[in-house]
Amino acid sequence: MLLFLAPIVAGLIGTWLPAVGIFPALGGHEFSLAGWRELFAYPGLGSALRLTLTSGILSTFLSLVLVIGFVACCSERKSFQALRRLIAPLLAVPHVAVAIGLAFLIAPSGWLVRLFSPWATGWTTPPDIASVQDPYGFALTLGLVIKEMPFLFLMTLAALHQTHADRRLAIARSLGYGPVTAWIKVVLPAIYPQIRLPIYAVLAFSLSVVDMALILAPTTPPPLAVLVLRWFNDPDLSMRFVAAACASLQFGIVAAAIGGWRLLEIIIARLTRSWLTDGQRGYGGRALAPVFGLAASSVCGLGALSILGMAIWSFARRWRYPDVLPSVVSLESWMRQGSSILTAGLNTMTIGLAAAAIATTLVVACLENERRQSVSSNGRGIWLLYAPLLVPQIGFLFGTQVLAVHLNLDGTWWALVWTHLLFVLPYVFLSLSDSYRNLDERYVRSALCLGASPGRVFWRVKLPMLLRPILYAMAIGFAVSVAQYLPTLFAGGGRYVTLTTEAVSLAAGANRRVAGVFALLQALLPMIAFGLAIGIPALLYRHRRGLRGIA
Amino acid sequence: MSQSNERNESRNSLALRGVSLGIAGRALIAPLDLDVAGGEIVTLMGPSGSGKSSILAYVCGTLEPSFDTSGKIFINGQDMTGFPPERRRAGILFQDDLLFPHLSVGENLAFGLPQRIKDKQERNARIERALAEADLEGFARRDPATLSGGQRARVALMRTLLSEPRALLLDEPFSKLDVHLRERVRRFVFDHARAEGLPTLLVTHDPEDATATGERVIEVQPAMVDNPSASRTPQKNHEISTREHREVGIIKKLSL
Repeated sequence: MLLFLAPIVAGLIGTWLPAVGIFPALGGHEFSLAGWRELFAYPGLGSALRLTLTSGILSTFLSLVLVIGFVACCSERKSFQALRRLIAPLLAVPHVAVAIGLAFLIAPSGWLVRLFSPWATGWTTPPDIASVQDPYGFALTLGLVIKEMPFLFLMTLAALHQTHADRRLAIARSLGYGPVTAWIKVVLPAIYPQIRLPIYAVLAFSLSVVDMALILAPTTPPPLAVLVLRWFNDPDLSMRFVAAACASLQFGIVAAAIGGWRLLEIIIARLTRSWLTDGQRGYGGRALAPVFGLAASSVCGLGALSILGMAIWSFARRWRYPDVLPSVVSLESWMRQGSSILTAGLNTMTIGLAAAAIATTLVVACLENERRQSVSSNGRGIWLLYAPLLVPQIGFLFGTQVLAVHLNLDGTWWALVWTHLLFVLPYVFLSLSDSYRNLDERYVRSALCLGASPGRVFWRVKLPMLLRPILYAMAIGFAVSVAQYLPTLFAGGGRYVTLTTEAVSLAAGANRRVAGVFALLQALLPMIAFGLAIGIPALLYRHRRGLRGIA
Repeated sequence: MSQSNERNESRNSLALRGVSLGIAGRALIAPLDLDVAGGEIVTLMGPSGSGKSSILAYVCGTLEPSFDTSGKIFINGQDMTGFPPERRRAGILFQDDLLFPHLSVGENLAFGLPQRIKDKQERNARIERALAEADLEGFARRDPATLSGGQRARVALMRTLLSEPRALLLDEPFSKLDVHLRERVRRFVFDHARAEGLPTLLVTHDPEDATATGERVIEVQPAMVDNPSASRTPQKNHEISTREHREVGIIKKLSL
């Protein structure tokens, strides 16, 4: 555990010290606020700040409202099950791929405009509208919602399961409450505490996102996190002090936003307390169902269309505006990129597999140890686990890199895997812990009483029974690793090219076909991993009906 | 199964000496002395929460370490206290059959067979014999999930018996079965336990289970908050819920 929190703490300190002028390597030995002065003198700071706050908070808020509205209103509708199935693959698609796909989709010459032009819009040339990288950050907000809504949806589903929401709902409805009111009055108060941390993680991520912002956010000025990255990479090394100051500001903003959100939670909880018990049954909620159903489906639909559009671009040779489909299709973009696809793909795969395998092993060992020592997990442990997800990446990765340089690990393959682990581990743990802890302990006891040693019980009973959740957790870990942009950039020291770093740098260029190739591959790898994670146990246990319930 | 029967009958015995359990400083079970001879079935009765299942867990060595325990467990005269469950060889059956869902019926039985029986043919022969005994010939390759409740219960018993236990612990194994099945499975389990000469400890809250054995019954009596016996137990924690109060139990011998 320490091994994973130490880099974050060290990273934060290593970022804060330069912010106040202390960075021996660059001759900074004394406390100085020059970095801050320069930061505040930067003319675009105000709009960068506004952009960061609006896109970050708005996207979190929208995702949450959509998820809650959809689950509350539509859980009996057919669309609920359909969307539920669509969620997992969408969750597997890395942020960058979504961003690139969305940019293709909503750009002035993008797919959406093509679908309706010129017959409906009358546009024979692409309209002059900044629909991507718009100054208000709407494209970024939309991209974040597409990516965060599935995550919150999945977390909500898990919470529903844990709190026996169906029983609560049945009781409330038998007391005469309308379905939506019943959900909000008796289910939401129970699940909110369970999805609180995921919400904070989404908020922190949205406020400090770099990879998506590079593609979807305006460039002059960009959001804060992109500014930080730009200054860290500035050839003028003295800009590092400004970058460090800005990264610290970023950290402060995330902390303040989470604090503010918590405060709002308390206020809302206070204000609605009496409403919960005022006896109003509220039958009107049903009317909202189509609204939320449509909104949630369109968000997921946009996500799916983004991926599809990207796939088509990667095979397009000639695709003139306003054709809906390319007129000439070829494998040219794929062939030409052959060798760089191979390098980047192999790097992505080996790093992802290593990180996922190490993380899963550690998590299983940790959970097994927890059971054998019968230590119960406490609330504080989960906060520590969430730490890497709550602290903005850009706020500590620089410091972590400094640490890696000191340890002579900078730019090595192991440093890269280690940094990825920081982000992979929490997700693997969150994904696996419930299934692992919920395995009926009496299976183990029975096996022990049949004379099997604890080791044999672990290998022959526990692991096979938990194969599906374990492989699933591993696939999640792999997907998380594949999606990492900033950690790869920092820890790899620019020496390791992955599909993600390639996709981001290509997205800035004009060639949609090549960017499509990399983004599609980047989206495909995690999907293959998920396919295997679901397929292998299904094949192995095709004659074992009793295992289908465990996951 | 008859050959192990002869081998074990004279020697098998289970003894509890001054076994008491407690949790968080409070006594749950007062010291209990009990001798169960081979082939004898002793019933522990009591409502849920009285700690009777914890006694079984203590006997087979799977009790959570959070319990305070004292007293010794002897199996065949050998002090087993502190031994890990796999060394004690006390077979246990729970409410649910707990057949491993990833293994076939035959593989489940094979899991129970001791490792020292190496010969593949011998292993298969024993499994076939066990299946025949349970009226389940030809079921070896079946998925346990496709079996009926009664069939699963019989496989679970056979799996335990194949592991050559020296004592049998029954933790309300019939309570989840349909009424019409319960009687038959009960008979099946009791007959086998007696035939194998296993000292058997049955935990139940169903009086019918107890009468069915026709043998000794020990009642685990719950102590209420206003019960004078409860006030004798030291209560350091003032936040104990009423449910936990009821767990403070005393044990009373009903009949011999």
